[in-house]
Amino acid sequence: MRFTPMTTLTAVATIMTAGTAMADCGIESGRVAILSNDFPALHAMAEGAAECASGTVEVTANQTTEHRDLQVAALTANPAEYTAAIVANSSIVPLLNEGLIRPLDDLIAQYAPDLPMTNRITIDGQVMAVAFMANAQHLFLRSDILEQVGAEQPTTYEEVLEVLAAVREAGIMEHPWAMNTGSGWNLGEEFVNMYMGFGGDLFEPGTAMPAINNETGLATLQMLAALNEYANPDFLTFDSNATQALWESGELAAAYMWGSRGGGILDDENSTPEITGATVLTAAPTVGGGDIPASTLWWDGFTIAANISDEDAAATFQALMHGLRPEVISANNDAAVWLMPGYTPGAPAAGVAATAQAGTRPYPMLPYVGLMHTALGNELAQFLQGEESAEQALADVEAAYTAAAREQGFLQ
Amino acid sequence: MPHRTFIWFILPSLAAMILFIALPIVSVLVQSLHVEHEQVLVTVENCGPFGCTEETRVDREATAELREAQPLGRFNGFGTYLDRGHLATQELAAAWESSESLGAFWGQVMNLPFYRALVFTLAYTFIVTPLVLILGLAIALGVNGLPRMLRGPTIFFSLLPMIVTPLIGSLVLFWMIDADGVIGATLQILFDDPDLSLKASPTLTWITLFIYGVWSSAPFAFIVFYAGLQTVPEETLEAAMIDGASRWERIRYVVIPHLMPLAVFITLMQLMDNFRVFEPIVGFQAQASATSLSYLIYSSLRGDTQQFGSAAATSMLTILGVSILLAPVLIRTWRDFNRKRA
Repeated sequence: MRFTPMTTLTAVATIMTAGTAMADCGIESGRVAILSNDFPALHAMAEGAAECASGTVEVTANQTTEHRDLQVAALTANPAEYTAAIVANSSIVPLLNEGLIRPLDDLIAQYAPDLPMTNRITIDGQVMAVAFMANAQHLFLRSDILEQVGAEQPTTYEEVLEVLAAVREAGIMEHPWAMNTGSGWNLGEEFVNMYMGFGGDLFEPGTAMPAINNETGLATLQMLAALNEYANPDFLTFDSNATQALWESGELAAAYMWGSRGGGILDDENSTPEITGATVLTAAPTVGGGDIPASTLWWDGFTIAANISDEDAAATFQALMHGLRPEVISANNDAAVWLMPGYTPGAPAAGVAATAQAGTRPYPMLPYVGLMHTALGNELAQFLQGEESAEQALADVEAAYTAAAREQGFLQ
Repeated sequence: MPHRTFIWFILPSLAAMILFIALPIVSVLVQSLHVEHEQVLVTVENCGPFGCTEETRVDREATAELREAQPLGRFNGFGTYLDRGHLATQELAAAWESSESLGAFWGQVMNLPFYRALVFTLAYTFIVTPLVLILGLAIALGVNGLPRMLRGPTIFFSLLPMIVTPLIGSLVLFWMIDADGVIGATLQILFDDPDLSLKASPTLTWITLFIYGVWSSAPFAFIVFYAGLQTVPEETLEAAMIDGASRWERIRYVVIPHLMPLAVFITLMQLMDNFRVFEPIVGFQAQASATSLSYLIYSSLRGDTQQFGSAAATSMLTILGVSILLAPVLIRTWRDFNRKRA
């Protein structure tokens, strides 16, 4: 879920497979190869799984932000290059479409019968993934600056705008706001979040027909434009790394960022105690009188490849569950909002927890949502630069999506 | 060389070229003429940590049958080439009908992704290429005039922009032109404008990319010209001096004509390279203001759903574009070659 421009700089971590201390994973033999995104919570999981390595069990991991571009090709091979792929709501879809991951019901029954239902990603009656952490974008606030302008914590975007106006008025900051509006995937995500907050649906129910060119879409764009009036003019280049750096250097009074950045923002690196001490993580605001936050819920979970032997699948399942056992979770408590036993929600999780409790909808797990996301990310920048009208921008998104969906066979 | 010997002589490289260049292009061409099968959608119940929802998914078995029957996908002819993501013939016709002035029509054309990318690509190619030639020659003449002792270090430093990997080079510059970076902050002070941002406005982004292009390619032109300068005949230069030619006249009438074949070579290479501009757009995160044809290909292949047909069509159009650009130079070379033979 985090995108950096440094596509070539992705870390490839290979965990040594030396037959060191035999951990008690109960695996006799097999191959465990993990493909995942690259952030601390997943490092912890992979290191935990690597403890299962022995003379007969091989454990490797490729942790890269480019995992989504590798996964389909790597799991299509037979035997698959990776035995496990760590996915999220959106990236599980291409694996499902191609039938590259196996149902986990039997493995769960045999090795983890107590796994709660909420962790089981069930699709048409079959468990296809085990969810182990949650994420969502939500509001980050500076309580000291709110105090200076005499404002309460905003709970709606309309109130956020008032706070931003007050901060600018008081001469504290010229650009007090930031969100991940980098042209491309990030910008598309901001539209989806705001649009969901207005109660919109991206598609006509049950079909791949786009449904964004309407009043709700216009309201969404107007709100995004109004907010970014208060953002640094570079806002169309902002990704998670950029917004986190701005926050940590104390240049923002309010921001809308991923919950998974909470740990990094609140720790004692790259910032001052004054800033981190005054940072408050709170639910994503509602918008336009709606009653659910303008955000989408995401889960990260593991899937197991279809094109591998049953022995390797069993070894992979056990190793991953070993990597997610309560001791690993509690040792890395603040690295993520875990959905596993052993987790005690701390300060970095407050925003995601509040956002989820307020009834935020999950990011849709639809086969064609990726095409819509790409179209949104590519076509909205011109509107936000003030070069075209909101109506034109939405018409462009609809046309770009329709062309892509025709080519992919979702629309005729 | 007898034809027979010649054939044997080039056979290995010919075979490699067919295997690694021609066949892949043919495969991309075939791909571009096909689109994915119709996806059979079914509605199922999905459950997870945030509750259950009714969602559609692809009926894999039904789709697999379709795929079995036609492994390449549905034949679409030139349909992908003409859709909105590429040549957009229908959209162009509609824009022509509806717009009252040429300016309004142009505005609508620039709203189509392919043409927007094409305009930037052409602007980049035709602005960067001549500047690289001129700057490269100027550096070469300058270095050639230095005392021998200083030449080595100067050549090394002049080559640095070319040695740095393009993506790294553009990332370094991207951070330097940030409002908090050394170049960005200096420009804000110089122009006394605290809101000046090279990343925000499309015009400034274009200029930044052009400057980056010249910066990274000029060393290539420089080193080729510098090598050429070592072969300029001394006698001709001395004769020109005796005739009273100034330094400028010697460059204009002796050096430049001598370096002409090298200039043609650099122009060819630069036209090809610049037409495929890609890394700086990623490095500078410039896709909001500037996209190129190569960037469109990259964008089609990224994300959760990879659009191979669309990427293939853009690739073929890029090859066509390069051929058109190079045609005048190649025809000229061919004529020269024939004239020399005759």
